[in-house]
Amino acid sequence: MSDFTDEQVNRYARHIILPEVGGAGQRKLLDASVLIVGAGGLGSAVAMYLAAAGVGRIGLADHDAVDLTNLQRQILHTTADVGRPKTVSGAETINAINPGVDVVTIDARLDSSNASDAIAGFDLVVDGSDNFPTRYLLNDACYLAVKPLVSGAIFQYEGQVTTFNGGRPCYRCLFPSPPAPGTVPNCAQAGVFGALAGTIGTIQATEAIKLICGIGTPLVGFLLLYDALEVRFNRVRVTRDEACPLCGSSPEIMRLIDYEEFCSR
Amino acid sequence: MTVTVKIPTVLRKHTDGNATIEASGASVKELIQDIVRQYPDFKERVLSDDDQLHRFINVYANDEDVRYLDGIDTKVSDGDTVAILPAVAGGSGGSANEVSETNRSDRPA
Repeated sequence: MSDFTDEQVNRYARHIILPEVGGAGQRKLLDASVLIVGAGGLGSAVAMYLAAAGVGRIGLADHDAVDLTNLQRQILHTTADVGRPKTVSGAETINAINPGVDVVTIDARLDSSNASDAIAGFDLVVDGSDNFPTRYLLNDACYLAVKPLVSGAIFQYEGQVTTFNGGRPCYRCLFPSPPAPGTVPNCAQAGVFGALAGTIGTIQATEAIKLICGIGTPLVGFLLLYDALEVRFNRVRVTRDEACPLCGSSPEIMRLIDYEEFCSR
Repeated sequence: MTVTVKIPTVLRKHTDGNATIEASGASVKELIQDIVRQYPDFKERVLSDDDQLHRFINVYANDEDVRYLDGIDTKVSDGDTVAILPAVAGGSGGSANEVSETNRSDRPA
């Protein structure tokens, strides 16, 4: 039985021929929906590989416009896109790679009022955001909705990736609270090695595709660390915190909260 | 005993740029105290006012988060690897331009 069109059989031939993916895995990809939060450096690599893999519906959430300083690493956008919304530019690139992808754009900053609705229509979420409030928000929203979350972050030459699958452990188990605002330099102030965004974003895309196809072992319970300067990968354990206010044994967080709110507790 | 402590990029400006530091001590606390002796600025980066690790700084002893061992009192021995890891949030979405006049030059530093 094959419901693939001839075009699909050819386009996805190199995946279909892999025994672990096969036609069944490719069908899962075509039927899957993934929300990518942040159409920046990480989101670029994630979006392009998920588009190429044939993920049927890709959500792209970002509220920024393309800036010239983005182009050193945000390969979803081109010089001609400077000044345009990243969601619009990103959707065009995704459809240029694969016109079969249904792109849903969310041109807004996610907060406690809209995050649950934003993730509701998607099977899994990939975090390529550039700030702590969004990271905690997505963690909480995905845990409460029992949705897998592939989290990646980069700073200068170093990257971190992990997958939370229905929480336990969750991002709060890994980092119970964020640094105080203003105490940690951001990428604009400290710089970021452009190709690092591709390395980490591509690992996030790999995790998402594996989860959709149900193959391999996801990075659940481990944080993968990558040091680009030393070309060194390392894995450390992420342990569930019994006292975690979200996924612990006596949870306190039952609804979404915003950064400022929990920061001042 | 001496343990090699890995310093993340973001904290290296407080360790004269060193990526690893040879520190002496029998516990994570003693290692940090030894690093602080060498680099006083390091203290407030990793420790809060009550001398506990900041909650956004993880320390791994042989790839295990010490928060789930004995915390800052986790014992270490010769040959162990200890890594300090801060939470980072970058997805490289930022667009502000922070290039200063001093680093506009394209000559080798």
